[in-house]
Amino acid sequence: MVKCDRVLQELSNYIDEDVDPVLRGEIEEHLRGCHRCSVLVDSTRKMLYVVGDERVLEIPIGYSERLHSVLSERLGIRDHDSC
Amino acid sequence: MAERNFLATTETEVMRDESALIERIRGGEKALFYELIRPYERNVYLSAYSVLHNQADAEEVVQETLLKAFTHLDQLRANGKFKAWLMLIAVNEARMRRRKDRQHLYESLEEHAMETEEGEFMPRQFADWREIPSDIAERKEIRAAVQSALENLPEKYREVFVLRDMQHLSVAETAAVLGLTASAVKTQLHRARLQMREQLTPMFGKSWIEKLPFWKGKNPW
Repeated sequence: MVKCDRVLQELSNYIDEDVDPVLRGEIEEHLRGCHRCSVLVDSTRKMLYVVGDERVLEIPIGYSERLHSVLSERLGIRDHDSC
Repeated sequence: MAERNFLATTETEVMRDESALIERIRGGEKALFYELIRPYERNVYLSAYSVLHNQADAEEVVQETLLKAFTHLDQLRANGKFKAWLMLIAVNEARMRRRKDRQHLYESLEEHAMETEEGEFMPRQFADWREIPSDIAERKEIRAAVQSALENLPEKYREVFVLRDMQHLSVAETAAVLGLTASAVKTQLHRARLQMREQLTPMFGKSWIEKLPFWKGKNPW
């Protein structure tokens, strides 16, 4: 069975499901018995869930309008959807 | 599994529609370019912002990126890779801008700057993000925490993290955009995730996160 340092080393790959099935099984077995590592995996996943929400970083107000205005001017092509 | 198949089908359809759009633009229907870029305006902005941490500079880089994309659309070989291609142009443009401005930044912001552990320059302050009226206080709190955590990441980790975990590019796409090997992306991503977790974990006891859908036994993974 793998130890804590191996779980830490493979944390990112494990979350991305980028470890081979044997190692995955060993990590999961370890997690069942190791509170510290299971908290590490759980909190990393929660962090990824939070930052992966597109609302967490907003684009500036008026960004799209400013962008289309500059593009229309410099490309000389009108955006039919912006009125 | 059914959901994955559905997502894969949807993605394939999007790529097909996009390829058709690109062909039509190349064929002379230039105004369709706006339709082509609309889904990615946010991604391009965040890519530029992840490098520059400055709203005005990021917006200018987006403009240059999209002008270049329009001018060089004929050079896009695989139509299905439009998003990654845009990110690549945006990151390159942003890095060029950063190189150009760095000397100036060292001089003018010296007292506001810090060196990372790897000796890379990092401004202390992020540009303010303007609120939209419907924003709730909780989201504001999340945003502030994430921005602060991102600010504390070394540059090379931040770029990988933003592309991979915030913009959901694949490892291969992130590697292509940043000019890294897949192995380097994974290594940097691992370190970035650990640092982000370390910084954001104290927030996990706050009320807003308890309202997230995974909290009460409904994990999204």
